[in-house]
Amino acid sequence: LLKILALASSSELFTLTYGALVTQLCKDYENDEDVNKQLDKMGYNIGVRLIEDFLARSNVGRCHDFRETADVIAKVAFKMYLGITPSITNWSPAGDEFSLILENNPLVDFVELPDNHSSLIYSNLLCGVLRGALEMVQMAVDVKFVQDTLKGDGVTEIRMKFVKRIEDNLPAGEE
Amino acid sequence: MDDSLLFQMLHMEMAHALCAEQEKGLGALEGVGFRVGQGLSERLTKETPSFKDELDVLKFLCKDLWITVFKKQVDNLRTNHQGTYMLQDNNFLLLSQLSNGKQYLEEAPKFLAFTCGLVKGALSNLGFDSTVTAEVPVMPSRFPPMPYRI
Repeated sequence: LLKILALASSSELFTLTYGALVTQLCKDYENDEDVNKQLDKMGYNIGVRLIEDFLARSNVGRCHDFRETADVIAKVAFKMYLGITPSITNWSPAGDEFSLILENNPLVDFVELPDNHSSLIYSNLLCGVLRGALEMVQMAVDVKFVQDTLKGDGVTEIRMKFVKRIEDNLPAGEE
Repeated sequence: MDDSLLFQMLHMEMAHALCAEQEKGLGALEGVGFRVGQGLSERLTKETPSFKDELDVLKFLCKDLWITVFKKQVDNLRTNHQGTYMLQDNNFLLLSQLSNGKQYLEEAPKFLAFTCGLVKGALSNLGFDSTVTAEVPVMPSRFPPMPYRI
């Protein structure tokens, strides 16, 4: 029984650590924009390394179009690392843009934003992770939050936009 | 679902980011650990009856807390019976990604500060003030933090 208890709360470990980190960054930086930037940068660095583990374990092959990529992100990647499966909606007519809807975002368990941090994008790390990971498979994307339960929205929505295929095989240097 | 890897990567990024920005990075990192330690010990002890004595608390630290964070128990617990304890982990998760050898020995404090804070935070939440230090005698991954009880 002890072991089960310990396992259950191990998923809280990441959430707690992330929360403590954001708190610290808010102390270190003068404004929320800088915190957002820093979170995105850290996420990017995680993404470029996480993709290796993902490809090794998930066994997914090459994606033929952006729709397939969206499926893999939502159904395999999110499931594997965060234990949730966001739904995919709001495709743009050109098929180069879609939204991930997170019913619940494990990063924000136990979180409440104070009033003076209204422009803080708390979970911005996720955007960086997605951007970094996709860049490693030659895909440049724009990722941003458009809805956030922390800001009173009903759901959390991440908007992803395909920018271009990266042709040269040289990975961009880590920031 | 595997969040241990995610945690390890986050920890590594944290160590780099916080220590690169400022002189007091190690302290900041320890502070982050402290808050996590407090939160975790609160959650982990929710279902357990209160501890009888110091040794009980240390056992909780070596087993429950260590398994939750580092996926294994502490390998060795020693005490001088005067309030000093030494926990030894022979395969410490957060250092296991670093290469062997002396080369990275001076980098090690960056990767230990979080854990020192974690232990301190957990102990403080259970009513003990402590100082915790860590040393890495040999790479890879000996981890003897020493909480002194005051």
